[in-house]
Amino acid sequence: MNARSPWSAERAASIVDAHRHLRGNLLPILHALQEEFGCIDEEAIPLLAHELNLSRADVHGVVSFYHEFRRSRPGRHTIKVCRAEACQSMNADGLIDHIRRRLKVDFHETTADDAFTLEPVFCLGNCALAPAVMVDETLHGRVDARRFDAILATGAVR
Amino acid sequence: MSQSLHTVFVPRDAAALSVGADAVAAAIRAEATKRGLLLRIVRNGSRGMLWLEPLVEVETPEGRVAYGPVSADDVPGLFDAGFVDGGNHPLCHGPTEAIPYFAKQERLTFARCGIIDPLSVEDYRLHGGFRGLERALAMTPAEIVNEVTDSGLRGRGGAGFPTGIKWKTVLDAKADEKFICCNADEGDSGTFADRMIMEGDPFCLIEGMTIAAFAVGARQGYIYIRSEYPHAVATMREAIRLAYDERWLGDEIHGTDHSFHLEVRVGAGAYICGEETSMLESLEGKRGTVRAKPPLPALEGLFGKPTIVNNVLSLTSVPVILDKGAAYYRDFGVGRSRGTLAFQLAGNIRHGGIVEKAFGVTLHELLYDFGGGTLTGRPIRAVQAGGPLGAYLPPALFDLPKDYEAFAAAEAMVGHGGIVVFDDSVDMARQARFAMEFCAAESCGKCTPCRIGAVRGVEVMDRILAGQRVEENLTLLQDLCEVMTDGSLCAMGGMTPIPVRSALKHFPEDFLRGPAAIAAE
Repeated sequence: MNARSPWSAERAASIVDAHRHLRGNLLPILHALQEEFGCIDEEAIPLLAHELNLSRADVHGVVSFYHEFRRSRPGRHTIKVCRAEACQSMNADGLIDHIRRRLKVDFHETTADDAFTLEPVFCLGNCALAPAVMVDETLHGRVDARRFDAILATGAVR
Repeated sequence: MSQSLHTVFVPRDAAALSVGADAVAAAIRAEATKRGLLLRIVRNGSRGMLWLEPLVEVETPEGRVAYGPVSADDVPGLFDAGFVDGGNHPLCHGPTEAIPYFAKQERLTFARCGIIDPLSVEDYRLHGGFRGLERALAMTPAEIVNEVTDSGLRGRGGAGFPTGIKWKTVLDAKADEKFICCNADEGDSGTFADRMIMEGDPFCLIEGMTIAAFAVGARQGYIYIRSEYPHAVATMREAIRLAYDERWLGDEIHGTDHSFHLEVRVGAGAYICGEETSMLESLEGKRGTVRAKPPLPALEGLFGKPTIVNNVLSLTSVPVILDKGAAYYRDFGVGRSRGTLAFQLAGNIRHGGIVEKAFGVTLHELLYDFGGGTLTGRPIRAVQAGGPLGAYLPPALFDLPKDYEAFAAAEAMVGHGGIVVFDDSVDMARQARFAMEFCAAESCGKCTPCRIGAVRGVEVMDRILAGQRVEENLTLLQDLCEVMTDGSLCAMGGMTPIPVRSALKHFPEDFLRGPAAIAAE
């Protein structure tokens, strides 16, 4: 389940404070902000620039460089589907077609009921049990269309 | 019988979890309670026989007995068959260590993985853990570095640079502080050995990094783990906490005047951060763009200080080298490739998993004797060795021995030891296109041949796939590959041409399709 608290400058400032002692702390702070708010809110950019004595361009540059950092809130759950070679060899493309049809979304989109955001990923490290899918932080192996539907049907991802 | 305590092992490795290991552990616990059996469940790492996961083992007087792949539904039947005493059952494979896939391996780095409880310092100690570090504590830094140099260990991340020489450069550098950075940004498809050992034997990495720290005089280390590995992140963080509790990390380690502090940092989904200088930028809190070399990270690395950057498998090979001596490790392997490598069989393979073998093993042995051919049962048409920047190889080259020089001579690379298998349904022109697409998506953007070249590469491949002026576009593709190879700043752009060119060289028929053939599909 993704946490998606509404933006709070006070909460964000306390997250920054909790990481202030770390060297090279921008990535740990961004991870913590995303864990709290579900994404890197637009308002986080000037706040981080001010707090960390960086330019807004520096902060924006880092946020936009990494695929993991989102600029908009995701659905309640994130589904990551592996697109890399090992999964390709076990027909990940067929699985991806099924998932797109089933959820009626493309990559980087969220379903109409706000339940799922679909993201591509290059390798989940489950290459001997391909194709691999990760729902939130739960990894699934040997996923075909039927198994994917069964995963969606379980209570854990409602 | 119900009075004796039975010990059952159910892996906590992410691959095992991905096929239901938690549900199996819960079912075993519930069934034991129902039957009034005293039972202890250890959540171990994986033995690396991933097609058998969840692989449940039971302790018997004759050693551990294996059952797999076990689903929660199988559990009552296993109890009926007396599996807690090693009873026979259709899922039983007999003693785990007699399974040929396992018995034929040479496990040095992965010696403890799947055997111990990964989060028990006591278990780690009982199985030889921290012996290498204890020996290192009695040595001078130069002696430690010599031991690693003499072992012949080369960087397991892919480049194969001699580890001891890198360490010596950092040792000899004069600076007020130095760093040890472990590259655990295992982004290559078909590789999972770093993940497995971090989840199955995390103290081994802590021990290897601590030895490295003593060897060069560093007091701070970082493990940079990709965000796609939440289980490895959690296991490493917990192991570090336990190591601090038991004084294996921190100030004045075990009464010596050595101090070493260790921290996990999490990546954010950028493949390029597996490149060492890009990883250093990321650790500093910046965009993960590649740095020009020189200066070498060994001289000007993290925060501009001398830094060892080593792969997980390099660092986890260090404890056994220090424990058993350089000669013991060097006696494995061939030519200038010494020791063992944890090969990873992945993709369309019947028996996928980890095969730790001395260098010199052939692809054929790995793919057929260990791997058992494809999972789909169709013939193997191609394998990609060494990750997304590695060559596609046809069956005619499967007699190639796995060593750095033999692979380089065949325009291929051992890389991180990953091998992805494809059956005869694969379209190699599409795989070549994907190599360019991947590079376009993951390029850091710093140098033009990689940033622009990859985008142009996708366009050229699209025209070839559409059967448009194929000969001309193939010439253009070769030209583009040459520019990327010669002009890119790092391996990302510099090696993306390897899968492209190898696909074209070994499977030209997939590229030479006219529009008529495409229309007929």
